[in-house]
Amino acid sequence: MWDYSERVKELFKNPRNVGEIENPDAVGDVGSIICGDALKLTLRVDKKTEVIKDAKFKTFGCASAIASSSALTEMIKGKTISEAAKITNKDIAQYLGGLPDEKMHCSIMGMEALEAAIANYRGAKPIKREAGKERVVCECFGVTDKKIIKAISQNQLRTVEGITNYTKAGGSCGKCRPEIEKILKEYWQKEATKNVPLEAGGKKLTNLERISLSQRIIENEIKPKLKADGGDIELVDIDRNKVYVKFLGTCLGCPSSGITLKGFVEAKLKELVDSQIQVYEVRR
Amino acid sequence: MKNVVYADNNATTKIAPEVFEAMKPFLTTQYGNPSSMHSFGGSVAKYIEEAREKVAGLIGASDSSEIVFTGCGTESDNTAIISTLNSYPGKKEIITTKVEHPAVLNLCMHLETTGYRVTYLEVDSEGLIDLEELEEAISDETVLISIMYANNETGVIFPVREAAEIAHSRGIIFHTDAVQAAGKLDFNLSRLPVDLLSLSAHKIHGPKGVGALYVKKGTRFSPFIVGGHQERSRRGGTENVASIVGFGAAAELEKKNRKIDSVKIKNLRDKLEDYILKNIPKTRLNGHRQKRLPNTSNISFENVEGESILLLLDEKNIAASSGSACTSGSLTPSHVLKSMGTPASFIQGSVRFSLSRYNNEEEIDYINKNISEIIQRLRDISPFS
Repeated sequence: MWDYSERVKELFKNPRNVGEIENPDAVGDVGSIICGDALKLTLRVDKKTEVIKDAKFKTFGCASAIASSSALTEMIKGKTISEAAKITNKDIAQYLGGLPDEKMHCSIMGMEALEAAIANYRGAKPIKREAGKERVVCECFGVTDKKIIKAISQNQLRTVEGITNYTKAGGSCGKCRPEIEKILKEYWQKEATKNVPLEAGGKKLTNLERISLSQRIIENEIKPKLKADGGDIELVDIDRNKVYVKFLGTCLGCPSSGITLKGFVEAKLKELVDSQIQVYEVRR
Repeated sequence: MKNVVYADNNATTKIAPEVFEAMKPFLTTQYGNPSSMHSFGGSVAKYIEEAREKVAGLIGASDSSEIVFTGCGTESDNTAIISTLNSYPGKKEIITTKVEHPAVLNLCMHLETTGYRVTYLEVDSEGLIDLEELEEAISDETVLISIMYANNETGVIFPVREAAEIAHSRGIIFHTDAVQAAGKLDFNLSRLPVDLLSLSAHKIHGPKGVGALYVKKGTRFSPFIVGGHQERSRRGGTENVASIVGFGAAAELEKKNRKIDSVKIKNLRDKLEDYILKNIPKTRLNGHRQKRLPNTSNISFENVEGESILLLLDEKNIAASSGSACTSGSLTPSHVLKSMGTPASFIQGSVRFSLSRYNNEEEIDYINKNISEIIQRLRDISPFS
């Protein structure tokens, strides 16, 4: 049994804005019966102010899909099209007081219906994939690489399982899981090294830059590797070139944590932040 | 919690009051270990043997020593399969069906990764297997055929006798998962030529945490759980005395009441099913109408999703089950309904009602009244029509 929030239960039992607007100014139609959920969003938009005057939905799906749809319509009413365009799946989940991990894809469906409706309002034909720019990774649910990368970046996803929960990709036959893993790895590698040229370019880092870059490297490059072995690391402090960290999980008291400290954590920070960095372990 | 209308008896059943009474002493005063030398413990052993006889009696086993108590139905299935494979190490092929319970299906899929070859027999749109396909699938390498007696989702009954006869004519061991069939169908092992048969207590108003495996005399056996000499060294581990005694009591009750109960249950099931199929449009019955357990009805409602139906039923204190993707915990809907070729628009909206002797007519009227409203409500929200 799913552990739904009170808000999800309430909006499922008493959904707001059910129905279809006649001659709507925008339509967003996503999902299908085969996928297990589908949502049709219709909008009434004031042409002058671009304010969404009314929003209605029809949804086929589980309780969280119905609640997400209802939440979405409540959230966008009264907003302008450009304001509404900023709403992400995270906002929908938050509005609902959270969703079970396995049900996050319902909030994504809401966001996609909204995107489709906005594109439709702005004159695009309903849901058209940009040929050549994206490809279907998960055949079972028709999920593209673009959708996967968007879900990773918006929700800071770090596991294949997380991506399945948010996009359904890899949730049926599982054939595409290695491909998803590759996308995930590439994304985070790119992220971790995004701002490296700062130092590599010979420019000296300011203290602030060094701190934020170190934080990012620890978070994105070092933590996941340690976590894979049941360990964890926490950044305690940075004082010029001295970085103080705390080991957690299985790293704690591990006889080879010294090797991990110098050979991995320090080496990584030297390579990606500043060659002068020294890492020290704080035991408290 | 308010009184629940419990229509999910293929998931688990209420412990019969008589069963609970029978178990009580072994959860309080008679806590001894049946293997002990002292009489305080040792005297408990005879109650286990009594239970063994009652379970043997339910299925018509000729000798109670053919019953091995296990921890659950899944353990019985795993024991049957692994024991057979270990007893005939030279042979590497297994035949089963696409619609088995995960206790068999997922084990077979796992065995494929360890060097076994498995044939999964197809089912037709009514959920039945083709015996000719079974015969064609057999080779000299086939060591085991495992076919369930009745399907847990649809209640469809398989031709176990015929399949077992085919297996034996080719010198192959035959196992059947009879967890759902026991107590609901009248079968007797004196006339049913199977080698191994799995049972579970909690599906027949007994306690959870105890199952049994029937091992026909003369069948090669190698234990799945290796340990002490319990169960004649066929299953290690101190006996779950209270639950075993409860299993015996449940088996005795089922045997005594089955004839009357199954007629009553079937009437209730038919009343429920006929009402829904007649009064709610775009519904269909999943599974063969006649070759089916008397207590099970698996019905699909087109264009609505199962989890939503279950939660709205739950709000009315009605407990049922669904084969939709959202309820399965994974993202894929029921493998049973998929194998039957059920269309997607129906598969997501499937609901299984499974009754027991504790249901009554008033409850069926209550379900019928509410299900109509719920389906209408969800169809009003659905973008499909």
